[in-house]
Amino acid sequence: MTDIPNSGASPIPVGSTGRSSILAVDDRTRRRNRAEARFKMYGVAAISLGILMLLILLTTIIGRGVGAYQQTFISLDVTLEEERLDKNGNRDLADIRKVSTFGYGPLLRDAFEQKVAELGLVTEVSAKDMADDLLSAGARAELRDFVISNPDQIGETESFEFLAASRVDGYLKGRVSRDTIANDKKINVAQLDLVDQLMEQNVIEKRFNMAFITGSDASDARPEAAGMGTSMLGSLFMMLVVLVLSLPIGVAASIYLEEFAPKNWLTDIIEVNISNLAAVPSIVFGILGLAVFINYMHLPNSAPLVGGLVLTLMTLPTIIISTRASLKAVPPSIRDAALGVGASKMQSVFHHVLPLAAPGILTGTIIGLAQALGETAPLLLIGMVGFIASNPPDSVASGLLDPNSAMPAQIYEWAKRADPAFYERAWGGIIILLVFLVTMNTIAVILRRRFERRW
Amino acid sequence: MNDMRIVERDVDVKETKIVARKVQVYYGETHAIKDVDVDIDDKTVTAFIGPSGCGKSTFLRCLNRMNDTIDVCRVKGDIQIDGEDIYDNRVDPVQLRAKVGMVFQKPNPFPKSIYDNVAYGPRIHGLAKNKSELDEIVQKSLQRGAIWDEVKDRLNEPGTGLSGGQQQRLCIARAVATEPEVLLMDEPCSALDPIATAQVEELIDELRQNYSVVIVTHSMQQAARVSQKTAFFHLGNLVEYGETGQIFTNPTDPRTESYITGRIG
Repeated sequence: MTDIPNSGASPIPVGSTGRSSILAVDDRTRRRNRAEARFKMYGVAAISLGILMLLILLTTIIGRGVGAYQQTFISLDVTLEEERLDKNGNRDLADIRKVSTFGYGPLLRDAFEQKVAELGLVTEVSAKDMADDLLSAGARAELRDFVISNPDQIGETESFEFLAASRVDGYLKGRVSRDTIANDKKINVAQLDLVDQLMEQNVIEKRFNMAFITGSDASDARPEAAGMGTSMLGSLFMMLVVLVLSLPIGVAASIYLEEFAPKNWLTDIIEVNISNLAAVPSIVFGILGLAVFINYMHLPNSAPLVGGLVLTLMTLPTIIISTRASLKAVPPSIRDAALGVGASKMQSVFHHVLPLAAPGILTGTIIGLAQALGETAPLLLIGMVGFIASNPPDSVASGLLDPNSAMPAQIYEWAKRADPAFYERAWGGIIILLVFLVTMNTIAVILRRRFERRW
Repeated sequence: MNDMRIVERDVDVKETKIVARKVQVYYGETHAIKDVDVDIDDKTVTAFIGPSGCGKSTFLRCLNRMNDTIDVCRVKGDIQIDGEDIYDNRVDPVQLRAKVGMVFQKPNPFPKSIYDNVAYGPRIHGLAKNKSELDEIVQKSLQRGAIWDEVKDRLNEPGTGLSGGQQQRLCIARAVATEPEVLLMDEPCSALDPIATAQVEELIDELRQNYSVVIVTHSMQQAARVSQKTAFFHLGNLVEYGETGQIFTNPTDPRTESYITGRIG
């Protein structure tokens, strides 16, 4: 029908009657459309910029941090000479312990010298310089620990894979080169030549380093041995304290304020103050924790328990605010329905309102925990930032009370040390921290999706 | 002649269930209900009509103390159910609400299964000793709510998945499950289509056998269809109260007449 020529019908007048036509776009509309297009462009530009920055951030972090997950190892066969380690030959642990780490030095030198001779390598580096400068300073202690736990191996020859010194590690990772070591007392060109030869023979190898994820912090002299493990446990214990305290306290406070409390000036003040507390700089909570928990209550310094208490103070407002928001979001008709069939106030809250608010509460709690996990400033004041030489805690009590650090504090500690080897570990630590945060936020999103109800 | 008198008595024998005297309700400074006196009969459908904001819902919510949940709301005067003052200090509103059930304007089933919706009231009031008794109560309530045949095969599905009319009948079933003596309905059909409305109205007529039903409605036709007595509220006053037929055909107050004929409201 549409192809019938409409010559007979009177044509529709176009803009000829003096009335405005909707077929021609007027100036106002054109300006409005231009403004809209401009605004959309700004939005797209802002989002693109954000995504670009995120990509730069992630590539930088991964690029710089991934090195920390690899470490250089040197394989040596060490003869555990009886006359050096156990002069009496009776395998008495007390006697074996008398040999200090210093006493294991010669064993390593012999082993290194023997390895070089075995492979027929030519070098001007003395045995002492090989063992002392190429191997990690922790190699002797590692050897001694092995002997003490396996005294029956004395007299045998054992294969070991020792951590290489951080300069050697840096050489393999490209951080150290022949140009940069001109004034370096810890390594020289001859030693690097030897490293090259050993690499060809696969004696020196770069491999994945689990110890970075599981190990403890190490002193300034041994960046190659430093790991995140102990500080991860410190963070874990702090998060336990935060969860156990802030979830019940926060939810109870929110339920009372939202469902039971009378609306008067006192509850108004409390409400305003909770919102304000959420904006208080976290270092304020740190100094409060120092004054109350350590100076007044005499809880131990640097303890995850205290860290957890401080972070609880910091997390509570977040949890209270998100819990109240999710309680408010439950339609009042559900409360009416429950009251209407004769449920008490408490029954209506616990049987109907709380289950509906639970996903929101959980999401808020996880986001609060994620915030607390990444918090460093309050930990500065209670002594959890710094070199805290600690072994992994062996019980819950020691986990809570023994000095420990936390992930972000550990990262900060490494970043401020002089040796560039620590700098790499700081980036590596940030990857672990980010993995935790992303995981927690993903769980929060999944929970919200999973339990979201429609009515 | 004696027979006639017996029949007349049967009509008159309906006891008064709720007595309200000089009821005042304030929302903060606003005087929402002024001096309302009303006697509500047992086993009767009483309709409250009136323009929006006239206080009919507010007054209805006084009858099971739902207004207690609103902080700024104060109720004065006497409201007695079976001669007992419901605003007495010794009265626990929770017990009162078990006796005076309520159905709301918008269907508001709990986001739980159909079975749990109905079983919730009996559970918290301890009306069933065991699972089979509870099953029986649920079935009986759903039958009274005229929805049993539609849902008997899917009792474990969520109540929120039903249609609007079914949800409202589920809410009525939920309200009768606690064996109330009075059933308050706050515009129960305003969110429903005409077919669902007809079903609910039919149901209200059946409920009259066992309960005293008080219904707030915007629709005068609905009031005329389902109620035996009608109260007309205007600006917080109870203007006129009487037999439905009389209110609609021969109102005594000019305001009632204006409202019914569509000149105000």
